Amino acid sequence: MELKPGSRWKSAVCDTEVVVVRPPKAEASLECGGYPVIAHAEARPEGKAIAEGFTDGSQAGKRYADEETGMEVLCTKTGQGTLTIGGRPIGAKEAKKLPASD
Amino acid sequence: MGIAKLHTALLLDMAADAAPDRLALGPRAAGLSYRETRRRAHHGAAFLEQMGGANVAFVGLNGPTLPVAIFAAGMLAKPFAPLNYRLPDADLNKLLARTAPSVAIVDDDMVPRLAAAEAVKVVSRSAFEAACNIHGDCEAEFLDADHDIAVLLFTSGTTGEPKAAILRHANLTSYVISTVEFQGAEGDEAALVSVPPYHIAGISAVLTGIYGGRRIVHLEAFTPEAWVAAAAAEDITHAMVVPTMLGRILDVLAARGETLPSMRAISYGGGRMPLPVIERALDMLPHVDFANAYGLTETSSTISILGPDDHRMALYSDDEAVKKRLGSVGKPLPTLELEIRGAHGEVLGPNQSGEIYVRGEQVSGEYTSKKVIGADGWFATNDGGYLDEEGYLFVEGRLDDVIVRGGENMSPGEIEDVLREHPAIDDVAVLGLPDNEWGEKVAAVIVAKDAKPSVDELKAFAKARLRSSKTPEVWEFRDALPYNDTGKLLRRQLKAEMAKG
Repeated sequence: MELKPGSRWKSAVCDTEVVVVRPPKAEASLECGGYPVIAHAEARPEGKAIAEGFTDGSQAGKRYADEETGMEVLCTKTGQGTLTIGGRPIGAKEAKKLPASD
Repeated sequence: MGIAKLHTALLLDMAADAAPDRLALGPRAAGLSYRETRRRAHHGAAFLEQMGGANVAFVGLNGPTLPVAIFAAGMLAKPFAPLNYRLPDADLNKLLARTAPSVAIVDDDMVPRLAAAEAVKVVSRSAFEAACNIHGDCEAEFLDADHDIAVLLFTSGTTGEPKAAILRHANLTSYVISTVEFQGAEGDEAALVSVPPYHIAGISAVLTGIYGGRRIVHLEAFTPEAWVAAAAAEDITHAMVVPTMLGRILDVLAARGETLPSMRAISYGGGRMPLPVIERALDMLPHVDFANAYGLTETSSTISILGPDDHRMALYSDDEAVKKRLGSVGKPLPTLELEIRGAHGEVLGPNQSGEIYVRGEQVSGEYTSKKVIGADGWFATNDGGYLDEEGYLFVEGRLDDVIVRGGENMSPGEIEDVLREHPAIDDVAVLGLPDNEWGEKVAAVIVAKDAKPSVDELKAFAKARLRSSKTPEVWEFRDALPYNDTGKLLRRQLKAEMAKG
């Protein structure tokens, strides 16, 4: 999967949707609910459920950042699966400083 | 130099002490370090002191000399008054006379435009630069003057005589310190400043850049081609633009197939951003963080910001309320109080339109002619707007521009936004014209893209999306709309022309 800035993805097993804000520094795999995410335009496969242990959920409006790969995604739709990179959960970023305005 | 209170020159002092060798101003190849910037400002202050006068006027293009002059004036505790050099000579001379007694730093090629004025000493930019650039450190000591007024900014005066807004050192430093992390910029950050020196954003960009440690690259005067070229040549990471600039920049990028790879953040403000333009920007530049900053001269710049994630959420969310926020200016700064008040001064609840009031240290609300801030510190912005349930601020435009038709208040901006979505419309202005029956009637002035759409078609388009009372009754087509040089629509000029018929 090519995780370019601005590219949109969704969970294969829950309602989660994300947009990539910062790409990973090297090839990485983004998963949600234990399965690789799928392109936003694709239809969800039927009959799959969130894998055990990946049910922490995601929250719309929060940024999820991974220090190791530098990747950041913004969750645009809340879901029940955990966002992970290569199986490693990525946490929601703490409140950020004000954006530059001038 | 003793320091009694926080003042603008202290911001430079702090930065030059913390990171003397870091590049502060200009291109990488020939830029000025913080130490050198302070050294020049110090010499500049000594020079300006000899010239006398109470104020320091500035008539010229952007460039490293602008910050040097701002800080030199700050060291001397003299108000700095940048003037709009784009005004006709007569108007420019009138403003210059109002700065007396003063010394005016004037671009060499603009000196001939100035008439002799009493108690105004004109110094060419090259002479000032030479004085700042003397060898060695400046030994002059400045009196520990009580710093008070930092900047005098003449409002654009879209109607009547321009007013001189007073920004005190306390207002500006409070804004900078509360919104920017001291020397928080990463080493490679560079800001491209293309708003002119006489605009509040041009002043605040200098102060926040210096304090934050972000190198400032000035564009002498804005053209989209020069902006794109400078962004690439200097690996610019941050920029502030007004809405009309952004649209023109996107056109150049699209024509050249470029995408500003170094750019990290673009903020915009100074007028209503057409939704199609920002949507196009988000689509073309997905790696860039966009921020919409709303502020006034009288509030030392930004008072409310719509941040990058709000932009993306608005684009991708299914929730209508979240989508709509792309047309908002985000949430007020945490260091400010903001209220919406009704006609009788009562504080209004969510989704109720009224006048935007603001209170905080950065708010000056003061002109040389009068103080318009209440004793309790609340400043009436004269902008109409409302807050949604989650505290996002929607600005509806100047209260004087609100159309009152049969007792119903209508925001021209809301109607313009709808019309702008029509594929044949390039630009549009909506305003109220006198009407015997309703008090005012809604008029739309349209700039068509190529083929002129029919009035019936536009009427049907508007009616399908707006209440019928908001559908314009008068339609006029023009080749272009009048804007001032910082992209503000001259709505009242248009109104006066239309009212004459």
